Amino acid sequence: MGRMIGILVVSLAVVLGVNWFLDSYIDQYVVRVINMCGISIILAVSLNVINGLCGQFSLGHAGFMAIGAYVSAWFTTTLRYFDEAQAKYVAIEPMFSSQWGFVPALIVGGIAAAIAGAVVGIPTLRLKGDYLAIATLGFGEIVTIMITNFETIGGANGLPGLPAYSNTFWIFAFVVIVVMFSWYLQRSTFGRALIAIRENELAAEVMGISASRMKVMAFIYGAFFAGIAGGLLGHLLQTISPATFNFMKSIEVVVMLVLGGLGSMTGAIVGAIVLTALPEALRDVESEIGLVGVRMVAYALVLILLMIFRPQGIFGQKELSLKLLGRLIPGRKSGNAGGEE
Amino acid sequence: MTSLLATEDLTIRFGGLTAVDGFCLKVHEGELFGLIGPNGAGKTTVFNMLTGVYLPSEGTVHCDGRLVNGMNPVQVARLGVSRTFQNIRLFDELSVLENAMTGAHQHSKINLFDSLFRTPRHYREEKRQRDIAYRLLEFMGLEDRAGLAAKQLPYGHRRKLEIARALATEPKLICLDEPAAGMNTGEKAELSALIRKIRDELKVTVLLIEHDMKLVMGICERIQVLDYGKTIALGTPKEIQNDPKVIEAYLGGE
Repeated sequence: MGRMIGILVVSLAVVLGVNWFLDSYIDQYVVRVINMCGISIILAVSLNVINGLCGQFSLGHAGFMAIGAYVSAWFTTTLRYFDEAQAKYVAIEPMFSSQWGFVPALIVGGIAAAIAGAVVGIPTLRLKGDYLAIATLGFGEIVTIMITNFETIGGANGLPGLPAYSNTFWIFAFVVIVVMFSWYLQRSTFGRALIAIRENELAAEVMGISASRMKVMAFIYGAFFAGIAGGLLGHLLQTISPATFNFMKSIEVVVMLVLGGLGSMTGAIVGAIVLTALPEALRDVESEIGLVGVRMVAYALVLILLMIFRPQGIFGQKELSLKLLGRLIPGRKSGNAGGEE
Repeated sequence: MTSLLATEDLTIRFGGLTAVDGFCLKVHEGELFGLIGPNGAGKTTVFNMLTGVYLPSEGTVHCDGRLVNGMNPVQVARLGVSRTFQNIRLFDELSVLENAMTGAHQHSKINLFDSLFRTPRHYREEKRQRDIAYRLLEFMGLEDRAGLAAKQLPYGHRRKLEIARALATEPKLICLDEPAAGMNTGEKAELSALIRKIRDELKVTVLLIEHDMKLVMGICERIQVLDYGKTIALGTPKEIQNDPKVIEAYLGGE
């Protein structure tokens, strides 16, 4: 535990330093892309616990994000609604009206999303594969439709005026936390139990691992951090609408995972960075050659080529480590490479 | 002698097919018991009912005096019944050591927060699981392969790893489903010795399904023969060998 606090303190200090550096010297547009990468990392790493480790194909991540975003906004933003009796708009002052309320609001958003995760997890326990994907997709749609019909939080028009509390520091502070927790989770008895369920559910149950408990745990864990990411995104964009969290957002996160290698946390991080930064990088190329739309073609091409030549993703299920890097250098054979049989 | 496992009139039907019919079994504590029968006799189905995978249509299963019917596999495992599978079901992506460690998961008393915050309890639990897993890998002769991925193991070792994993749940009764299938004579002899060691040294009662007559006759104290879902004989290896019904079932009648 002492070591964990040490890592956390050092990482947060580094993040604070980087935040200051970016704010002072780097172009705001680049900072924006970096922040979006951070949010994508939180999403991909948290979804990796559900989809990658536990093998439960979920397409509901955007739904959890939406819950986190709207619940945290509820606490930080002045809401306006039309009062019929007075025939005018009435404003509700936010509960947390200072910057200090941001993290509590995010956490409340995360908890709300985690509760939703349990609510989705329990009834869908019996579903596997495609059926689970469809059920979670349905959940995401239900969330956006409910928000669309909820006038106090802006309905279909979206909710404007979220305070700009998100910055590089807060986003990457949560990146550090989610990466650290997920790494610790993966390398614990719970991580092994999740992988056991993915590899062979019947054998896991016979070993006394309760698949239903572990699956609900994975959903709660993933949903919590998706909720946090939603809150961070909301306070970065400052305007949220149901369309921000449509099912394409869920698909996007799944694609990040698949690109990096389903089941690999470092793969998820790389996938998140590549798929967030790539369209932005291609934007420059696009304007140079003057061919609008080429960006999305290239983006799709990257995915198609990957699926042809490396269907298991960049890292497969392996984690990026110094040992692996050493093995990639030609002419060097790592001593403890397996497969001696 | 007390019976650790007792079934009474155990019957299961799949649609019109009665796979197991009125099956009675009594396995005493500390016994090495064999369950044999021709292909399709319903042996694996019996295992599936004993471990909570299938719910019997009729009859009861008692383990250690407690009713097992209606329990799910997780609850049966907690009760101290563990098993291996005829078609090996390992966790391929986990290492050999981690496979064995998953067996010890059910006795862990830590919660998720212990692991996320790396509390001392987490480290104690990891050490406990690793110790159990290493001890059993050593027992099965796999300790020098602990770091390999399970999918890299050759066939015979996969069988052994599955037994090690089942033993890591610290069961009272272990059900082995054709552990010698696909092994050569040398490997079979080694396995017989291991199965005997499981009973003698670890004090685990063994219920064995096996096709290899020599192996079953060599190590089991009592044998029950199943054919078309019905028990046709029960006794010591010697009695079974000379039972005309058994000979008929295996070699065919006139």
